[in-house]
Amino acid sequence: MARMKFLCDAERCIVCNGCVTACKNENEVPWGVNRRRVVTINQGVPGEKAVSVACMHCSDAPCMAVCPVDCFYKTDEGIVLHDKDLCIGCGYCFYACPFGAPQFPQDGAFGLRGKMDKCTYCAGGPEPNFSQAEFKKYGRNRIAEGKLPLCAEMCSTKALLAGDADVISDIYRTRVLRRGTGSEIWGWGTAYGRPEKAASPQGGK
Amino acid sequence: MIRKAMLALLLGTLVIGLSGCGERPTKIYKQGKYQGKKDTQPWDNEQFKGDRMAWENAEKARAQNENEYTRVN
Repeated sequence: MARMKFLCDAERCIVCNGCVTACKNENEVPWGVNRRRVVTINQGVPGEKAVSVACMHCSDAPCMAVCPVDCFYKTDEGIVLHDKDLCIGCGYCFYACPFGAPQFPQDGAFGLRGKMDKCTYCAGGPEPNFSQAEFKKYGRNRIAEGKLPLCAEMCSTKALLAGDADVISDIYRTRVLRRGTGSEIWGWGTAYGRPEKAASPQGGK
Repeated sequence: MIRKAMLALLLGTLVIGLSGCGERPTKIYKQGKYQGKKDTQPWDNEQFKGDRMAWENAEKARAQNENEYTRVN
């Protein structure tokens, strides 16, 4: 097993927010906390795209690097989890995360910032599997049931894929080859331009 | 009788007073190393009985449900 990852196919996402609802319901996420959100880019402009964003379970996670109490850990499958008993709610991880994944419940008095909550890849947390404590603090442990995160399994258009990186990459690759578009969405070329175009000779021999 | 009561009062005062002197074990953080509780592996349960390969195969089979090209054709 390589690494468990999410992959969102922007060509397929129809902004139904089914993933958001499924996540909130399955994990009984409190009000004000969204472990997953759907972000629309260039909304209203022809060719707008939408991506479903949650914790991306980074291979080199910045939240882990900045946590002053080191409450983060990575499982053998590459899922980034944290111990809520240790979290002090400082919010450093929120500033470090490029995806805005860490969430803080603010239902207490005087704008109290509670312990951080984020997507667990439906893998629970550092409590005994399927225990009440695990469900209360971290949500459902579907991974230990041999299942995948509900957001991806619920996705009606299968825009959101979850699973072993190699497996979902294969699924995505097959899809891109069949439909003939979509591979150019991601990568260096999209982010920084195509070097072969910039370096093309202008009227030279 | 008064002496016993005085003694009991003294002992009680000592117990209450000294309880504030107790020290809880301090957690010494080691930067960059996970300090929390150990997590159990997803295959350590009744369903998979510690068989990691069985769990991995279950996950891979589940992921194939996301591939409609294999589901439809």
